[in-house]
Amino acid sequence: MTVALIDYGAGNLTSVRKALTHLGAPFVTPAGPHELAGAAGVIVPGVGNFEATAALAGGWHAAIREAVDRGRPLLGICLGLQWLFEGSDEAPDVPGLGVIAGRCTLIENDAANEATAYRGGIFKVPHVGWNSLERRRDDSWALDGVPDGAQVYFTHSYAAPVTADCVGATTYGLSFASVVEQGHVVGAQFHPEKSGDVGLRVLANFLRRVTRTSSTAAPAMSGS
Amino acid sequence: MLSKRIIACLDVRDGMVVKGINFEGLRSAGDPAALARRYNREGIDEVVILDVTATLEKRKALARTIQAVAQEIFLPLCVGGGIKDEEHADAAIEAGADKVSLNTAAIARPELLTALARRYGSQAVIVAIDAKRDGDRFRIYVRSGQRPTERDAVEWAREAADRGAGEILLTSIDRDGTKRGFDCELNAAVSEAVSIPVIASGGAGTFDHFVDVFTEGKADAALAASIFHYAEHAVVDLKEHLRDRGIPVRMLAGWEPGGDASPG
Repeated sequence: MTVALIDYGAGNLTSVRKALTHLGAPFVTPAGPHELAGAAGVIVPGVGNFEATAALAGGWHAAIREAVDRGRPLLGICLGLQWLFEGSDEAPDVPGLGVIAGRCTLIENDAANEATAYRGGIFKVPHVGWNSLERRRDDSWALDGVPDGAQVYFTHSYAAPVTADCVGATTYGLSFASVVEQGHVVGAQFHPEKSGDVGLRVLANFLRRVTRTSSTAAPAMSGS
Repeated sequence: MLSKRIIACLDVRDGMVVKGINFEGLRSAGDPAALARRYNREGIDEVVILDVTATLEKRKALARTIQAVAQEIFLPLCVGGGIKDEEHADAAIEAGADKVSLNTAAIARPELLTALARRYGSQAVIVAIDAKRDGDRFRIYVRSGQRPTERDAVEWAREAADRGAGEILLTSIDRDGTKRGFDCELNAAVSEAVSIPVIASGGAGTFDHFVDVFTEGKADAALAASIFHYAEHAVVDLKEHLRDRGIPVRMLAGWEPGGDASPG
């Protein structure tokens, strides 16, 4: 069960590689979309501007979509979560994968909620640091074993809306989707590879899903 | 709510930690990887490796230190000290750093911040500012705080953020090593001027100093070195102190009184 870690030039993958190695997961960084056929699961990482995901348009987009249609688990991390949506205001002309409905928008303060500006604190964008995951669905496989309120590490300026696919939400100004899940597609706005034991648990849950999927005879089980 | 980050600084020279190595309960006190492991267990939020003496020939040793520390933690890891160009930054990131911090080189060549932000994203680029009070302003010093410049800390912080820096590591030269507390005025002045996080550094002596810098100083994170060496559990004790005073911090489940007893 080899996981394909997509390197499309959006940030460095060292810490994701390190976490996968730590968890004993075999992975490859495919040279191109044509190498995705044999992958049992796909991870789309990425940091920075949504514009960077333009590199996924075309070949990667089609190949990843095909892998998802064949039932292969897909994990989007940070920018990779945002890419699962239809798009982002950060680069309106760049389409996302579109498997999750909605668009990403700039993080905004909730003017009505002064709690975010506790004791003279300043509301800043980007949202950088450790914040809590509020679990929204008990049946989430990606968050299996992750306690409600567990803290994880974020660094981002745009965020995804809280919709029916949101299984974990985080409040910074307004509430946003920090974990989305639809069938075997999952996304984490935080960095599981930099979020201590909680993050490793989320990665391990994904890898377990990959193992289970690849060991079943009939892998085609798209949708939720 | 977003937590205030507690960051441990490992001042490293020739692969060994050079500050706070008198901690008695720790056999390999000077080993950065052993310290990182302990801090991770105690719930540190982030680790910074600073090697101000890293010369050309010593950068390979630094890369080995980064690798060894990175193996111990799944937390953000920043590396600073003597990073002069993209090649140095590449080597640190390749070795396992998530962020690099630039000080003297950024003042000399501000476009380096932009180049690194384009390459790795702003979240990977920290501008380190060493400032000293000079009348009613804060003057920037470079070369490990040895050489004064004409730059003002608040102005430079704004420019560095505009050029692509993702965070500011702000050290008060007046307070560094004194244990008299962080310079809250300096931190508040810079924090109010920029929209990126400010990491306060220099002067941590008591837990209340952290309370002060997170409230009066408006800092988003605070960094210290020797205070964490004094006693085992210092990170835990500090976080409990902050939490009890209404400051949001990340507590490991295993340390939460009455909380989930699973190992943290």
